[in-house]
Amino acid sequence: MHLQVSNVCKSFGHGTQAKLVLDQVSFDLHGGEFLALVGSSGSGKSTVMRLIAGLDRPSSGSITLDARPVRSPGSDRGMVFQKYSLYPWLTAAQNVAFGMELQQRPRNEIRERTAYFLEVVGLADAARSLPRELSGGMQQRIAIARALAAEPKVLLLDEPFGALDIQIRESMQEFLHQLWRQTGLTALLITHDLEEALLLAGQVHIMAPSPGRIVRSVTVDLERSDMARLRVSSDFLQLREDLAQSLRSLEPAGRR
Amino acid sequence: MSRSDPVPLATARLRRSLRHPWTLGVLGVAVVVLLWFLISNSGVVDKLFLPTPQAVWAAGQTQWVSGILVKDALASIQRVFIGFALSAGLALPIGIAMGTNVILCRLLEPLMALIRYMPAPAFIPLLIIYFGLEELPKVLLIFIGTFFFNALMIMDAVKFVPRELVETARTLGGRRLPILTRVVAPYIAPQVLDTYRINMASAWNLVIVAELVAASEGLGKRISLAQRFLRTDEIFVGLIVIGLIGLMIDLGFRFLMRRACSWAN
Repeated sequence: MHLQVSNVCKSFGHGTQAKLVLDQVSFDLHGGEFLALVGSSGSGKSTVMRLIAGLDRPSSGSITLDARPVRSPGSDRGMVFQKYSLYPWLTAAQNVAFGMELQQRPRNEIRERTAYFLEVVGLADAARSLPRELSGGMQQRIAIARALAAEPKVLLLDEPFGALDIQIRESMQEFLHQLWRQTGLTALLITHDLEEALLLAGQVHIMAPSPGRIVRSVTVDLERSDMARLRVSSDFLQLREDLAQSLRSLEPAGRR
Repeated sequence: MSRSDPVPLATARLRRSLRHPWTLGVLGVAVVVLLWFLISNSGVVDKLFLPTPQAVWAAGQTQWVSGILVKDALASIQRVFIGFALSAGLALPIGIAMGTNVILCRLLEPLMALIRYMPAPAFIPLLIIYFGLEELPKVLLIFIGTFFFNALMIMDAVKFVPRELVETARTLGGRRLPILTRVVAPYIAPQVLDTYRINMASAWNLVIVAELVAASEGLGKRISLAQRFLRTDEIFVGLIVIGLIGLMIDLGFRFLMRRACSWAN
């Protein structure tokens, strides 16, 4: 698996009204890696994700998945939105099965994979619950299970824990890390939370706004077996502070 | 009185029954009927203008026994159902198409919004000139009076389907038609039923208006005949029956909504 984003620009609007929201964004993501894009609002990170998902088209530059250009949404790129993405009339199990049904997989396979992925996200007991009966964290786990069940090559996570309470967010971060280690999935995480990015991703790209661009890239090599300890370890805190400073020093390019 | 004192039994029972959602509604109806009974029987108002509940009941019974009441009601119900079924059935695909297709929406919305505000009864003379006095103009009147509302309200429901739900389906590999049938349709189902419930009320208005103008049978026809003979008691019968049928249809839609769309409550 190789996702390649090269020199992608995106502007909205036309003519003199056009506003450049992404400027020459490039990065690579290989199979099994966990990559995070961190930035404040307006840094265009969600736009990058929508372009990769195929929900929007870049103005220039190219996005390829295994050397094939991305032109439209497809099940090879699973997406988890920040919220409101479970189908409220379907049970948790039916939500997980939804993508596989769209793919018209055999019934047996759908049943087995649904049970398996409910198990993977630890919600086998909630199979028959409707989304509104589940907590925010449980809903996001179902959304992740649904995306994974459709067998994507890369999982796109757009602020998946952004709407959750802080305690739940921390447990979800641990959950996602475990999931990544267990299943060997390839993940691209969008977040405004630097700590979250450093806890989870091996590659972190920091984005700055106006126009959105990658200003710094770091490889994170931390021992993640005990996440609670990692959060307060000095290495981690120092790295976080260092990057936080470079984030704070960022000014919109136009004002320099 | 300390808080541990037991509440007297009768008070407790009263409180419990007051808490039932229907209690106050029934009470409201009962009060009006009681006032009606007292005023009409007191002789303050001429009985010709305000018949007593007993007289209305008797008139209703007479109509029931002779079979006129059922015949009239069936005639009106049939017109409403045919007209509204056409309207609802056509509004659904057109509303969905307008909600999902910008070009179609821009093309049709102004036209429909304009026609929507033309009072449907104003079409009656035209309909009579075009189609005579039979069933067709009445059915068409109901269609004209409800179709544009139905279609535009369904279009709005489609526009408010959360973007994430559609985009999730697209990233799961869903194409246009499956997204319409498996995401958009179930999401708007409760609003569509509610739209139908609300516009069904205009269908009932219109069938009565049509029958007042020209018909050989129907509840509206009966009312206009009763007026000619100053039979206010029969007019009351007509009004009450129309109201009851409408209420039953409304409750039917609510029941359907609760059964079919329990997730939306």
